[in-house]
Amino acid sequence: MKGTKVISTLAALAGGLAALGAAGSAHAIAWYFQTPASKMAAEIDWLHQVVMWIILVIFVGVFGFMFYACYAHRRSIGHKAEQFHENTTVEILWTIIPALILIVIAWPVTQTVIAQKDTSAPDLTIKVTGYQWKWGYDYLKGEGEGISFVSTLSTPREQIEGRAPKGENYLLEVDNEVVVPVGKKVRVITTAADVIHAWWIPALGAKQDAIPGFLRDIWFRAEETGTFRGQCTELCGKEHAFMPIVVRVVSPDDYSKWVGEKKKALAAAADDPNKQWDAKELVARGEKIYASTCVACHQAQGQGTPAMKAPALAGNKLVVGPEAPPIDTVLEGRPNTAMQSFKQSLSDTEIAAVVTYVRNSWGNKASDVQPAEVKARRK
Amino acid sequence: MSAVVHDHGHAHDDHSHGHHGPYGGIMRWITTTNHKDIGTLYLWFSFVMFSIGGLMAVGIRLELFSPGLQFTDPDFFNQLTTMHGLIMVFGAIMPVFVGFANWQIPMMIGAPDMAFARLNNWSFWLLPFAATLLVMSFFMPGGAPGVGWTMYAPLTVQMGIGMDLTIFAIHILGMSSILGSINIITTILNMRAPGMTLMRMPLFVWTWLITAYLLVAAMPVLAGAVTMTLTDRHFGTTFFNAAGGGDPVLYQHIFWFFGHPEVYIIALPGFGVISQVIPAFSRKPLFGYASMVYATSAIAIISFIVWAHHMYTVGMPVTGQLFFMYATMIIAVPTGVKVFNWVATMWKGSLTFETPMLFALGFLFMFTLGGFTGLVLAVVPIDIQMHDTYYVVAHFHYVMVAGALFAAFAGVYFWLPKWTGHMYNETLGKWHFWLTLIFFNMIFFVQHFLGLAGMPRRIPDYPLMFETWNKVSSLGAFGMGLAQLLFLYIVVSTIRSGVPAPQKPWEGADSLEWTHLPTPAPYHTFEVQPEIK
Repeated sequence: MKGTKVISTLAALAGGLAALGAAGSAHAIAWYFQTPASKMAAEIDWLHQVVMWIILVIFVGVFGFMFYACYAHRRSIGHKAEQFHENTTVEILWTIIPALILIVIAWPVTQTVIAQKDTSAPDLTIKVTGYQWKWGYDYLKGEGEGISFVSTLSTPREQIEGRAPKGENYLLEVDNEVVVPVGKKVRVITTAADVIHAWWIPALGAKQDAIPGFLRDIWFRAEETGTFRGQCTELCGKEHAFMPIVVRVVSPDDYSKWVGEKKKALAAAADDPNKQWDAKELVARGEKIYASTCVACHQAQGQGTPAMKAPALAGNKLVVGPEAPPIDTVLEGRPNTAMQSFKQSLSDTEIAAVVTYVRNSWGNKASDVQPAEVKARRK
Repeated sequence: MSAVVHDHGHAHDDHSHGHHGPYGGIMRWITTTNHKDIGTLYLWFSFVMFSIGGLMAVGIRLELFSPGLQFTDPDFFNQLTTMHGLIMVFGAIMPVFVGFANWQIPMMIGAPDMAFARLNNWSFWLLPFAATLLVMSFFMPGGAPGVGWTMYAPLTVQMGIGMDLTIFAIHILGMSSILGSINIITTILNMRAPGMTLMRMPLFVWTWLITAYLLVAAMPVLAGAVTMTLTDRHFGTTFFNAAGGGDPVLYQHIFWFFGHPEVYIIALPGFGVISQVIPAFSRKPLFGYASMVYATSAIAIISFIVWAHHMYTVGMPVTGQLFFMYATMIIAVPTGVKVFNWVATMWKGSLTFETPMLFALGFLFMFTLGGFTGLVLAVVPIDIQMHDTYYVVAHFHYVMVAGALFAAFAGVYFWLPKWTGHMYNETLGKWHFWLTLIFFNMIFFVQHFLGLAGMPRRIPDYPLMFETWNKVSSLGAFGMGLAQLLFLYIVVSTIRSGVPAPQKPWEGADSLEWTHLPTPAPYHTFEVQPEIK
């Protein structure tokens, strides 16, 4: 038989290719939900399995009939066609039975939906703000109130561009992790500064779009300590793939310790905006900010990305001209581009540093900018 | 419907109208008002767009073959995914079924042509202009829009001039669809042969009648959504900007109010093709004809009240989530009825497995699989876990590729003899089927695993745990692309040569084009309408 030969050849080919794919990767092959770390994630996993089993039974049933007909009612074995074309009883049955099955599925699901939406009485409330392309976190209520930081991808560009071997948590690592206590109900309020993002931790069963100008909320309660990783799941422009979310769940004691340390560190880092800085110090600090905040669009050599409407900064007249226009650009952003306002996310000192860096790199030469000048231009 | 009728018209169709035959050369195609010529134009146009969209898909899979950035920068990657989606949906899948409608509806209802012949020409010739605008956007400063085919605000505001070209392209495509639909509705309602009552029409004609209504209702909504995007971009409106009192989520509501009926606009004509093919190769009438018509209508109506199941993660109130979940689940019932009817049509038939039947069976098996994952996604808590992951990508490709595209292949092989007068090469046709089936599943079955494991869609680079399935998927994509070259070869060689086909090459086929018309179908058919008894 020609047909069977075709099939076996193709099956061998497909098998070979799959083996090739598997051989190419030393990493574990992920193919199912991450191990749930909250009751909600476990419940979602359970619901999924229930639905899958129901589907599988129906699937095998329906296609059992189809393949049996393909086998037993072939013309090649001389089967003659019968000419029936309706049967009211059967037709009513196969309308009502699926409807009943759906009701059976809908009942437990409704309970879960209602539970998932219940964000009342949280122990800790964190506001999450999506930026192109990083996450801002503000601890609003509960232990740790007042803590505020920005969380950016910490995977080096060299790994992404293939100039260095990729680390274990490639694209799933950040400079500042969100830390929460185990067993506590955490309410996450999402919003965004520019476009829509989505905050997601699969193991906790929590996903919520972050919508500019609106507040939305979800909650989770981690049942075990550990580090849980997720990614932005709403297309938000160029670097959408490069803004992960990392949540570290710790014991209540460790959490209190972390809160203490974080608060001290934040206080120490709070710069006096009236301090006079040395130009060299500003450039050194600005380089770091540039690498985490600006480089995605304006590029390592300041050459810009025309496709993103991100102009070249090297040799740019506005950049090396008077101090006010570049400061204003960073403070206020540019409407309808990815150049957002950095008023909220960068301090006076940070803006002074990055503007000084940009004015004195890649052949640019101009005066340094002091934090006080930035402070004066804040509207 | 299966009544045998003598057509007194067709005996002299062949020679009596030679005096006003078509222009020669390129002018024939530019000026034609003949439904068969226009059908051919639609079919070739959609094949060209299918090839362009397919090349983009290969580009996407090439970048995703390994983690890291190798071939594209992330911005260009986003442009590829966006344009792949728009071109496949609006340039390939929708026009291919309009091509079938043009060729088949007049012949199947015993009409001489479409109701508005010149409008028909115009509906087609709008398309190349729209397609040019779409493709041209790549060459604008800033490139094509990198916003995803759903074009969510406010990301669209950040795009370059390519976004505007895309918006205008969508306006033109919408116009073409609406004009074509009005033509189809008018033709079906007014030009049926005497005795061809609505409930005697072939199911393909029924599904197109319903689809045409969906198009007329849904396309203006999309036009509204993109026009609001346009004015937000350039004229200071803030429909989708909270700072001016608007709401970005409003865009999603409007888009999906179009978008979900659109899913059925793509699927229903495919259902129609399958409903012609399966009875023909089962040598048995379609099981439950009336319930098929009712089920299709029910699907069309319900499709207007399920849109927000694409938006479970925007933060709807709990009552909204529950309503859209229940409505979405209800749509599974009429869809199930259709699948059961097709299987019952085969039951106790006399089955043969020529290429059209193979594609129909492939459709049935894998469309149902896509329907089942649709049911999984209807469940709010599960969807929240899967939303915007590769599970969704796998789901809608099972519905659109294994669904609509397989149905289109089934239709091409089924009607190619009637259109060209030649039989296609059966062995090569079967090769095309098996290669497409295997490579399709290689690409998309594994994407279910990727989605479950948490790989977001629309990313050019991914964590290492997703590498294996991405490699399998990419290899499948390269194979699937190559397999379509075989399809092109089969079609071209059937047109140019091949064994002459008899009037009715398929024993069980019973609609008018087989029972009343010679092969190949003459340029003008049914100038005298047959009487259906």
